[in-house]
Amino acid sequence: MPSWTTLRFAASMVRPAWSRALPDLPAETHVPTRLDLFLGYLKVGLLGFGGVAVWSRRVVVEERRWLTEREYAELLGLGQILPGPNIGNVTVMIGRRFHGLAGAVLATAGLYAAPLAILLGLCLAYERYGGLPGVATAMHGIAAAAAGMVIGTALKMTARLRLPPEALAVLLLAAVAAAWLRLPLPVIVLVLGPLSIAAALWRAGLLRHG
Amino acid sequence: MLLQILGTFAVLSLLAVGGANAVLPEMHRQLVVLRGWLDDATFAQLYALSQAAPGPNILVASAMGWWIAGTGGLAMATLGMLLPSAALAWGVAGLTIRLRHAPWLRPAQAGLVPVAIGLMLAAGLVMAGASAEAGGWLAPAIVLASALVVWRTPWSPLWVMAGGGLAGLLLG
Repeated sequence: MPSWTTLRFAASMVRPAWSRALPDLPAETHVPTRLDLFLGYLKVGLLGFGGVAVWSRRVVVEERRWLTEREYAELLGLGQILPGPNIGNVTVMIGRRFHGLAGAVLATAGLYAAPLAILLGLCLAYERYGGLPGVATAMHGIAAAAAGMVIGTALKMTARLRLPPEALAVLLLAAVAAAWLRLPLPVIVLVLGPLSIAAALWRAGLLRHG
Repeated sequence: MLLQILGTFAVLSLLAVGGANAVLPEMHRQLVVLRGWLDDATFAQLYALSQAAPGPNILVASAMGWWIAGTGGLAMATLGMLLPSAALAWGVAGLTIRLRHAPWLRPAQAGLVPVAIGLMLAAGLVMAGASAEAGGWLAPAIVLASALVVWRTPWSPLWVMAGGGLAGLLLG
């Protein structure tokens, strides 16, 4: 685990001014049409090297503004604890929210169309040449960039959402448990999920008497 | 055969809490150990192949399906992996719409947010570790630059990816 990340992260926690340095996005959001859903997710799938988590948030929250940072984060939370591909789940939920079954199907089709076509091409090349096409060195650089993008997106969401201290503690625990201790994700979700929900309910005043 | 593929991946779909990387060991057990549809080396190569394509990491299942039974296998593996979990997500989305006036729903959902972001951070760190193993000294520098650009600037990550690919080509 690179220690600079841990250091920067700790610094951002004791100096909340770091999070205020980022201008907030305007609060207003736009309702996408069905075509918007398909095209937006087509872009997410096409650009999603190393996974689609970065581009899904980028397109939905920053570029097209279909959801606020908080709304997106809440759907991502559900998408994580449900089985199946996390962003695939989020895509279904976003599609249903705006256009019901048609929205869910179109958004999902957009997400998978281009990657499936490209994968089929790679499979055929693999069959023909018996190895990966000669893109290995460029792919190493892109893989490293993708790793940094995922880390940067997690830090950006944390900064923008201004999580309370107990939520930051849960976030760090989840990260350490998964990246360092390599605990299975279902175990982490089953232990930290209920704990974190209880903390959030308590903060909202729902678990206090009187 | 195609139905067997569909069934196997449908079960994997519902076991995949945490997404593709979480279900990879079970996928290996089912496909390589139990059913003997492919061997260890092919499993690893198909995994690498699916990582070279853009899109959701779960497409590793599609690559396996293709190897087992061609285009039909690819279709069955993809559908098997997607449909059960998508149906569940659809149902849960409907539930949150029906319960949207319940006072506990939003706080409860908010409670899942730090878990989700923590797991995302962990995924990035694990990917960074893997890229450092494969890419030498250059990889940590690219990871650092890319994380800072995405976190602290509004620039499109497209430039980061292009820069990373170019740096890999020039110096790798």
